[in-house]
Amino acid sequence: MFSDQDLQVMDSIIKRYPRSRSAIMPLLHYVQSKAGYVTSEGIELVAKLLTIETAEVSAVATFYTQYKRKPVGEYHVGVCTNTLCAVMGGDEIFAGLKDHLGIENDGVTADGKVSLEHIECNAACDYAPVVMANWEFYDNQTVQSSKDLVDSMRQGNPPAPTRGPNSLPTWKENSAVLAGINDGRANEGVQAGQPTLLGLKLSKEGK
Amino acid sequence: MTKLVPILSAHWDEKDSFTIEAYTRNGGYKASAKALSMDPDAVIQLVKDSGLRGRGGAGFPTGMKWGFIPQGDNKDHYLVVNADESEPGTCKDTPLMMANPHVLIEGCIIASHAIRAKYAFIYIRGEVTHVVRRLNQAIEDAYKAGHLGKGIELVLHVGAGAYICGEETALLDSLEGFRGQPRLRPPFPAIAGLYARPTVVNNVESIASVPAIITNGAEWYQKYGTEKSKGMTLYSLSGHVVNPGQFEAPLGITLREILEIAGGVRSGHKLKFWTPGGSSTPLFTDAHLDIALDYEGVAAAGSMLGTKALQIFDETTCVVRAVLRWTEFYKHESCGKCTPCREGTWWLVQILRDLENGSGTEEDLAKLLDLCDNIMGRSFCALGDGATSPITSSIKYFRDEYIAHVTGKGCPFDPVASTIFSTTGAR
Repeated sequence: MFSDQDLQVMDSIIKRYPRSRSAIMPLLHYVQSKAGYVTSEGIELVAKLLTIETAEVSAVATFYTQYKRKPVGEYHVGVCTNTLCAVMGGDEIFAGLKDHLGIENDGVTADGKVSLEHIECNAACDYAPVVMANWEFYDNQTVQSSKDLVDSMRQGNPPAPTRGPNSLPTWKENSAVLAGINDGRANEGVQAGQPTLLGLKLSKEGK
Repeated sequence: MTKLVPILSAHWDEKDSFTIEAYTRNGGYKASAKALSMDPDAVIQLVKDSGLRGRGGAGFPTGMKWGFIPQGDNKDHYLVVNADESEPGTCKDTPLMMANPHVLIEGCIIASHAIRAKYAFIYIRGEVTHVVRRLNQAIEDAYKAGHLGKGIELVLHVGAGAYICGEETALLDSLEGFRGQPRLRPPFPAIAGLYARPTVVNNVESIASVPAIITNGAEWYQKYGTEKSKGMTLYSLSGHVVNPGQFEAPLGITLREILEIAGGVRSGHKLKFWTPGGSSTPLFTDAHLDIALDYEGVAAAGSMLGTKALQIFDETTCVVRAVLRWTEFYKHESCGKCTPCREGTWWLVQILRDLENGSGTEEDLAKLLDLCDNIMGRSFCALGDGATSPITSSIKYFRDEYIAHVTGKGCPFDPVASTIFSTTGAR
């Protein structure tokens, strides 16, 4: 699963830090970029690279909810159901998607394309209700728009995120970004959405 | 005349605002050049004089925090930026870093120089991939331009989905490669932080505010805000309003003023309750529209300024449902280290679920308050305290609504009416 080139990348991740153990989180993101989730093989490799016990790596991997211990879909969809998004329509969106996809929370569609999770506040409350896909923003969603979104994922042509790159990367591709690998797409997409700019705009209008 | 003062947000409307070219074009990296030519202690003094206070919630004076780092101790010092923005309702640092990552980097350079740190870290939450991309690219470009790498190294560290890592000592444990659980204090991070070395942990907005202070001076900054809450800050308006968004204004502005600027509560509805600074700050109602939104004003009215996350809920919203959902969040995010929080939040959820479903009793309200009393101040960190805020404040202001759930044996609200798709609630 992990090539010599992977090992070189993982070594460069470790070298970012004054102390090697600090690299455990980006290394686990990197494992997910290759295997899709945190596999037993990945845990053993990280333990070996950091010269710590596999139990210590497992302890970290099971603490953080972004580390998955089983495969997720090519497109992992998170619906914010924390209070504000839930009240604004997140609950309806989440219920609608479960029904539409025929899966429950943490479920994956049979074709392996889409997985679904209800998530906590994702720091985009001025764009509520918010849906995330592979941890990219899909702002101001409705029940219908989110159903259309997952349909297009299953057909292999999801639209670009609202505030993100020009097309939606896969789960594995984005896991590499979270490991700190530059995919060269930082300049894609808008610098900000309209709500972000609202105060600035109104101040220029003298309000 | 406008009440808004866009400083951090001044150039966000330029399409390439996140690039080093745009940042430099707008005068960027001049403040760090100036600061690097100053004595570190003079930089600390300038930030102290400005009156800048922490924008992550607690409001601790930033310059004073820097001053706590022991000098001449022959130890490595570290700067750690808390970019783990996860408090429900809080959505200011994420758009800031997406639109202008370089101002944060420049702030890191200045702060590192001031506290004599050779290594700085930005700990960002892992659920905002495009912001990670922008920051990584910006750090790479800052190295290429020679702003970083000449005595100051900056590392972006990406979290993996744990609200508790926004607590500074849990963040440090996480950054060291452990489960993110808070540490007993003392020792405080200023004495024994990252790798048990003197460490400053600051919020994104606090550090991003520093370059403008260096450029314009402490007196300029002092002109804005109120007596003890100086400067301008980002207020994040969300929920049942006509126009949600970010509003940069001097500290002390009121919600009434912000709503007037933004266009008010959604048409045909009225304000019911709101949070001044995220879900961990006790709720306010329409009786608090004229409270000065600074550290003192909000505290005097019984809440906290927190992250200035103004979540607005109108009369269609069931307060019990809202509070239950927040409580489920705290239960989910409790790290499990201490008993009051781990067990207490679990019991709070059980009781609130019963109440919302109509199987609760009036005695349950007393039980909720008793539980909160046993969690508040008895938990290892502020997560437990925060979990009690929505409960105690909502019972204080909306006791009748809880009772209506008991007597009516269920929730009297239609959840569809509170959505933005509702025809009666259309924007």
